Amino acid sequence: MRDFPLKTGSNAGQNTLLDIRNLDAHYGDFQALYGLSLRVQAGEVVSVIGANGAGKTTLMRSVSGLMRNQAEQVVWKGREIGALRADQIAALGIALVPEGRLLFASLSVEENLIIGGQMKRKGPWTLQRLYRLFPILQERRNVPATALSGGQQQMVAIGRALMSNPELLLMDEISLGLAPVIIKSIYEALPSITGEGLAAVIVEQDIAKALAVSSRVYCLQEGRVSLEGASSEVPRDAISRAYFGV
Amino acid sequence: MDWINTTLQGTLLGGLYALFAAGLSLIFGVMRLVNIAHGDLIVLAAYLALTTTVMLGASPVMALLIVVPLMAGLGYLLQRLVLNRTMGEDILPPLLVTFGLSVILQNLLLTGYSADPQKLQAGALETASLPVGGLSVGVLPLIVFVVAVLTIAALQWMFYRTALGRAFRATSDRQDIAQLMGLHRAHIFGLAMALSLAVTALAGVFLGIRTSFDPAAGGARLIFGFEAVIIGGLGNLWGTLAGGVILGVAQTLGAKINPGFQVLAGHIVFLVILAVRPRGLFPRMD
Ligand SMILES: Nc1ncnc2c1ncn2[C@@H]1O[C@H](COP(=O)(O)OP(=O)(O)OP(=O)(O)O)[C@@H](O)[C@H]1O
Ligand SMILES: [Mg+2]
Repeated sequence: MRDFPLKTGSNAGQNTLLDIRNLDAHYGDFQALYGLSLRVQAGEVVSVIGANGAGKTTLMRSVSGLMRNQAEQVVWKGREIGALRADQIAALGIALVPEGRLLFASLSVEENLIIGGQMKRKGPWTLQRLYRLFPILQERRNVPATALSGGQQQMVAIGRALMSNPELLLMDEISLGLAPVIIKSIYEALPSITGEGLAAVIVEQDIAKALAVSSRVYCLQEGRVSLEGASSEVPRDAISRAYFGV
Repeated sequence: MDWINTTLQGTLLGGLYALFAAGLSLIFGVMRLVNIAHGDLIVLAAYLALTTTVMLGASPVMALLIVVPLMAGLGYLLQRLVLNRTMGEDILPPLLVTFGLSVILQNLLLTGYSADPQKLQAGALETASLPVGGLSVGVLPLIVFVVAVLTIAALQWMFYRTALGRAFRATSDRQDIAQLMGLHRAHIFGLAMALSLAVTALAGVFLGIRTSFDPAAGGARLIFGFEAVIIGGLGNLWGTLAGGVILGVAQTLGAKINPGFQVLAGHIVFLVILAVRPRGLFPRMD
């Protein structure tokens, strides 16, 4: 559990890293996000929950630049970045662990990690440090990444994002399709990842997991924020209502 | 002995075909782009070498020092300014645009250089030969073959041992996720096309030393390059070399049976291999 001072006012504090303001996102004619606002402070872990199709991945894609929107709708440390390309956003220090892992199949485990660090941003994460966190990856470093088990692939996906030494780590359903014991071991690794003040947005379907690892939670429903609050304070029945819309 | 000699000539010719093919294979591998203008770009390189030799009085081999970087730069600009605008989910627009480019290039060459066949003069190199165990091996075809092998080896090394190669492979696997690694897709594509046309420059200069060429000579070179790529298996550079050799041997053996049979023999072998192994002889494993 973490405790960070919660900002509630509408004016962003000095420590606001990411400030999403009235974000609308579209797939062609289909609108997936409606005026969504979300804020992440430096060093804060925020969770985003919501049912299938609520718009969680669309939000991640919008922040990471895989979907480009109006410039002013995504603000990073006071700079409008909503219309930047994904590679420009990555260079600012925002890394995404994409839903479904999406490793590079023709790269080995180690190459997947190295390419994650190819921007050569300074910071604590190196191959050695990652191998200490996930020793199994060192053992299997020369294997094609997609030959690993699902859990090991997820470690590579997280490691690949960390290798860029980001200031904000976005994680989209890292437990998707994994066995419970594997999920548990990956979540046990999270504190040593976010421990040094790395801010994170964790998208998760498992509400209990999401609340346990975050200081604040946002619930999405049909492209809108249906609930927002401190993870330790929001009542469970309010979450159920916000989640399922009943 | 005669047949062995013919097979050897065909093998060496295969080196040239591998050079035609390597650039095609590279850009298809990195960005799934089929470049219909590839043959015309080979011919363009030959003409650029011709102009260089005429203007500077340099030998064609020296002209490579100018033509290779020139074609690489042209490739980068072509990709960034034209082809990238057409790239997307649909593979048809870039196909059509390179087809249009092919027509434009042929007409520009026709206007600039006329339809008369031209040749690059390499002097004594063209006729020099080495006696090898009772056979006589032309020095020029041997050089071309060695250059082809070295080029393939260098590309292979670049692809699997360097940061640029890693970026190419990652982009080939997943363009969107590669961008999350900070790779600027348009730039990576530009570099791939630059490399492709640098190899094309080699191919064009050796083509021009070996045979005469005219503005319409590109079509056949495109076909030979395609056939070599497909025979060898998509995405496999050494396979492309093997494909070039198989095509070269088929053509020279065909020509020995009947001089009019050369190109047809190559096409027949290509079709037979395609029928038996639709993914080529050495498709990439994944
Ligand atoms: N490529 C696309 N084209 C069109 N519509 C899309 C596309 N991707 C997602 N959508 C739609 O956008 C909405 C939000 O999808 P999104 O993937 O963001 O949801 P999600 O909350 O991540 O769901 P899940 O929990 O299943 O991952 C859904 O209605 C979905 O059908
Ligand atoms: Mg999703």
